[in-house]
Amino acid sequence: MQLTTTQTIASALAMASCSLIGQQACAVETQSTQDDWKVDAAIMYYGEQERVQAAEVIGNVQKAFGDSSLLDMKIVVDSLTGASASGAVAQAQSQTFTRPSGKGEYTVKAGDTPLDDTFHDTRVQLSANWQEVLNQDWTTNIGVYGSKEFDYLSMGLNAGLERSFNKNNTTLALSAAFTNDVVDPVGGRPVAMSQMVFRDNYATDAEYQAAFDQTRLSGDDTKQTSDIMFGVTQILNRNWLMQANYGLSSVSGYMTDPYKILSEVDINGQTQAYRYENRPDSRLKHSVFVMTKGALDSAVVDFSYRYSTDDWDIQSHTLETHYRYNFSASLYGQLHLRYYQQQAAEFYRPFLLSDEVVPEYASADYRIGDMTAYTVGLKFGQRLSNGHEMSYRLEYYQQNPDNNGTQLPGQLQNFDLFPSVKAIVAQVSYSF
Amino acid sequence: MTTVWNRPFAKTVVAFAIASSLVGCSSLGVQPWEKDQFARADMALNSEKLDLALDDHIYFSKEGTSGGRSLAGGGCGCN
Repeated sequence: MQLTTTQTIASALAMASCSLIGQQACAVETQSTQDDWKVDAAIMYYGEQERVQAAEVIGNVQKAFGDSSLLDMKIVVDSLTGASASGAVAQAQSQTFTRPSGKGEYTVKAGDTPLDDTFHDTRVQLSANWQEVLNQDWTTNIGVYGSKEFDYLSMGLNAGLERSFNKNNTTLALSAAFTNDVVDPVGGRPVAMSQMVFRDNYATDAEYQAAFDQTRLSGDDTKQTSDIMFGVTQILNRNWLMQANYGLSSVSGYMTDPYKILSEVDINGQTQAYRYENRPDSRLKHSVFVMTKGALDSAVVDFSYRYSTDDWDIQSHTLETHYRYNFSASLYGQLHLRYYQQQAAEFYRPFLLSDEVVPEYASADYRIGDMTAYTVGLKFGQRLSNGHEMSYRLEYYQQNPDNNGTQLPGQLQNFDLFPSVKAIVAQVSYSF
Repeated sequence: MTTVWNRPFAKTVVAFAIASSLVGCSSLGVQPWEKDQFARADMALNSEKLDLALDDHIYFSKEGTSGGRSLAGGGCGCN
């Protein structure tokens, strides 16, 4: 699929504007009588060049009950379509792959990065959070979360406690969450590191189906995520504050991507087979996040840094800044810059070698390989005469995967095995 | 594995040392009547929470690490 970025963004923005203009009419009537309600809504388009396209609608409603209680509810609906990298490497000949469902095949041209174009999904996510100010020092919150897509269900609980002191210049926060996910992939979960089978290699459909079933496990699988985070927010002076968080996340269960594969190549770089990937079933992650935010005369600026590491050996550094300039009381512009750098997981391999023992864990998913990425974004917001706010955001996001030091045999040296992924994010938001 | 565990641990200790020193330093902070700048809507830490939520979802789906600003959470992260 050839992405026509300009047209797609234009149509997404037009759609978003139309839907929000419709909402505005309703909102004007309700606002005057219910000032303790706050509504934020946004529609976002995410489009990668020749790959994934996504549209996401998000709505957030806050209702205050007096000065001490706050209910926050959020709904997110997103729809994904398009192609994503399967993990296989480009070849001098065209390549044919069995679809994840086992029903049908798709072919990739010679020299092209294999993309699986099967993907299409819609996700609905609901969450609610209750915040209670217990007294001038203590605040607590509790929340629930759920999301459902065709092959995935995620349910979670979260809770937090905040303590303010030092004349409310310092806030300590402790929060925790538990999420249980159920994954039921299309076509079933692949047997770890098993070889992809092809219809052409079998005389009958029944023989092929029997062979395909040998590469699949029956039933669904689960994943549990436990998070805990400790944070400090400190007012430094009249204009600046800082925040520091430490997060610990423990994940256990099914973390393999059932739709990703690896090419198994010989010493000439010629593919001999494709194997379904396998990832460890536990992961312990640490993150440290530090941010400072300052109020300037007509502007607000923040800078943040995040360090993340885990026992898969993935380490990342993220630098991010937002600079907002208020042109007037009702108009602002904002610049967003982000830089991300990631070190590959220890089991990441761009391909397997046919003369080596098949490893227990391996993935060619570039998202857990060496990578740098950057984002450049612009946003404009305006306060309307009725006090509502409308904003427009346009961002460019580019990922540059890198070789993690793997020697490329034979023909693999002729291809770009680590192609960049370029994406546009366009968003329209409305608040009242 | 040793280096992987030691480095984050060291950085975590440094981060906590900085945070603790900030908390312990009574000269930091302002009087209640000097907080006018922090009352500005654009100075709130969650002033752009929808943008941040959408960004988190993109980066969670496209990169190997997540969370930090808020809890990492579960979910699919497919594609």
